[in-house]
Amino acid sequence: MTLKTEPFVVNIGPQHPSTHGVFRLRTTLDGEVIVDVEPIFGYLHRGIEKLAEERTYGGIIPLTDRLDYLASMSNNMGYCMAVEKLAGIEVPERAEYLRVILAELQRIASHLIGVGAFFNDLGAMMTPIVYMIREREKIVDLFEMLCGQRLTYNFMRFGGLSQDIPEEFLPALRKFLDQMPRFIDEYDQLLMDNEIVLARSKDVGVLPAETAINISASGPVLRGSGVKWDIRKADPYSVYDRFEFDIPTGTAGDAYDRYRVKVEEMRQSLRIIEQAVAQLPGGPFRSKVPFLVRPPVGEAYAHIESARGDLGFYLVSDNSIAPYRFHVRAPSLINLTALREMLIGWKVADAIIIFGSIDIVMGEVDR
Amino acid sequence: MNIVYHGIAVPDMKQLPPDWPGGFFWHWLVFTVIIFTFVFTLVMAFTWVERRGLGRMQSRLGPNRAGPFGILQPVADAIKVLLKEDIVPSRSDRIVHWLAPVVAFFPALLIFAVVPFQNGALLADLDIGILYVVAISSVSTVGIFMAGWGSSNKFSLLGAMRNVAAVVSYEMPLVLAVIGVVLIAGSLSMNQIVLAQDIPLILLQPLGFLIVFIAGCAEINRSPFDLMEADSEIVAGFHTEYSGMKFAMFYLVEYAEALALSAIIATLFLGGWRGPVLPPWLWLVIKVFAVFFLMVWTRTTLPRIRIDQLMALAWKFLFPLALINLAITGLQVVAWPDALPWTMIIVNFAIAAVLIVLWSRLFKVGWGRVEV
Repeated sequence: MTLKTEPFVVNIGPQHPSTHGVFRLRTTLDGEVIVDVEPIFGYLHRGIEKLAEERTYGGIIPLTDRLDYLASMSNNMGYCMAVEKLAGIEVPERAEYLRVILAELQRIASHLIGVGAFFNDLGAMMTPIVYMIREREKIVDLFEMLCGQRLTYNFMRFGGLSQDIPEEFLPALRKFLDQMPRFIDEYDQLLMDNEIVLARSKDVGVLPAETAINISASGPVLRGSGVKWDIRKADPYSVYDRFEFDIPTGTAGDAYDRYRVKVEEMRQSLRIIEQAVAQLPGGPFRSKVPFLVRPPVGEAYAHIESARGDLGFYLVSDNSIAPYRFHVRAPSLINLTALREMLIGWKVADAIIIFGSIDIVMGEVDR
Repeated sequence: MNIVYHGIAVPDMKQLPPDWPGGFFWHWLVFTVIIFTFVFTLVMAFTWVERRGLGRMQSRLGPNRAGPFGILQPVADAIKVLLKEDIVPSRSDRIVHWLAPVVAFFPALLIFAVVPFQNGALLADLDIGILYVVAISSVSTVGIFMAGWGSSNKFSLLGAMRNVAAVVSYEMPLVLAVIGVVLIAGSLSMNQIVLAQDIPLILLQPLGFLIVFIAGCAEINRSPFDLMEADSEIVAGFHTEYSGMKFAMFYLVEYAEALALSAIIATLFLGGWRGPVLPPWLWLVIKVFAVFFLMVWTRTTLPRIRIDQLMALAWKFLFPLALINLAITGLQVVAWPDALPWTMIIVNFAIAAVLIVLWSRLFKVGWGRVEV
């Protein structure tokens, strides 16, 4: 007797423990194996790009907080850089250094959640993510010291920062910098050579370098595939050209490499922060900028290396107090376009970790 | 040895301590009450230990509001779950959906009929005690598959299918490893196995202990083999569509099975109720908690494995090792029945270490790959 099987459709999401927000994977399964998959998103669409056209330039900064809510400092920085380019605003040295420190701290915080969530998807019963949230909490405390906020910071302004750092910030940062390398080693000890982690994530969800470039992936997804491309080196912005750091890359482009790249990037970020703290100059934290910015007619695009990749802000000005067009190049969304190729042929359990290894934030995907 | 009451063979009451009430029906009544109390109190203690233990290991607090150290948390959970609405999916198979938790629960309770709390103090000293355990413990699978099928939910069905695959595969190494113990003890009766353990059999059967522990964990869905209710993949597996008291039954099954496995391992490998100074039942409870702690520990540490890796581990790693273990044990029992235990301990640990290292090498170079 021959048994006939037929594929069936399973909706993973929008309400599912591992969709990192509200994301839906309409998968067609043959037993456990994925035959076809259709990613569906847009559940978190808030119309931020349209909202921005009705607001003043300064009023958009809180909106950028809500894009990639795990890295809102980076979003602030990218947006402020775009406006500064558009309006020709100078940024004092001290502000640039502080921005770099904050952006790198934010990258560590974001990668901690990214790696932790990846292990949660692997089924590690919360332990890694709880350890990593413990360390992220210290970064969040540092940010709270600066601006009183713990998630949506709304801290950067055109031409600098909203206020100077308090005097207890640098000692607290010093303490964090001394502790953090040991904690990263601790995670590696727990997770890096774990037999099950290797068996589950090695050679799973391979994204070849060529495909990664073709879909214009960026961030850890691109670097995991072995492409040495980082906006901080390729198109240096702010004061990144003054620091020494490496760009960690993977070799195989699998889920494991993407996880390793994130961990190594945390180490590099610590290196950058060390150097930035050592070189931190005095002076003003913000240049004189009018309350309502009226940039001349024109357009500007500024991009930064956010935790998730190449985050770009595109602005068109018609010389009013609100932008004529505001567009975000969201790395999460573009990295997500590789998902279908990566998933087909793998099992449900693999689908979850491949999706987790891309490390998306739905706030940025749906905007 | 056995006395026949109305055609039913029951244990000889002379084996019991003198203060136990005699007679078949008294015996039955007393031990039913004992088993119910034992299972329900220990299941409650297990949920508390697990949640507090997970909390400690994950650098957080765990439940600490209900009572001192959150010790009343299981009671609070029970009350909450009793008051919850029982939602049945509209397209479910109602009878199967209703029956599933019951079918899954009773086997876990029945196992304790043959677990000795002290010498001779058990509901039924079956001559085939361990065979009974192996047979009964698989019945839970039927309940779990009924839950997966009756819910008419695809996540439930996936979870149930995974569960059936796991239980069918892991039964083999489990049984083969248990036979090693039976060979040394020379009896299938649980009480006789305990009496035969002048030193805990874990020392003579280290490999057998590991195989039983791993295969047992895989059968009762403990992490890292919790694919059947993998929360990050298939939401909650077979009990996705359960709520209220029926969900509580499945929750109870999960811990009752963990308790049963701990009790079986404690009896087979750790010397059961035997131990100095403290009363025997307390020794059993201590050993049960020791085994359960090991389960909590692995649960916090290890990620989950994939279904094909689960199968590969059963058939290509544990099954051959269990066979080799059985052959070596048989050889030792036949060839050196009077060997000094301490030499055998050293020999057996060395054999176990060598076998595990060799097999994991083989496993890595391609033997571990399977197509499902």
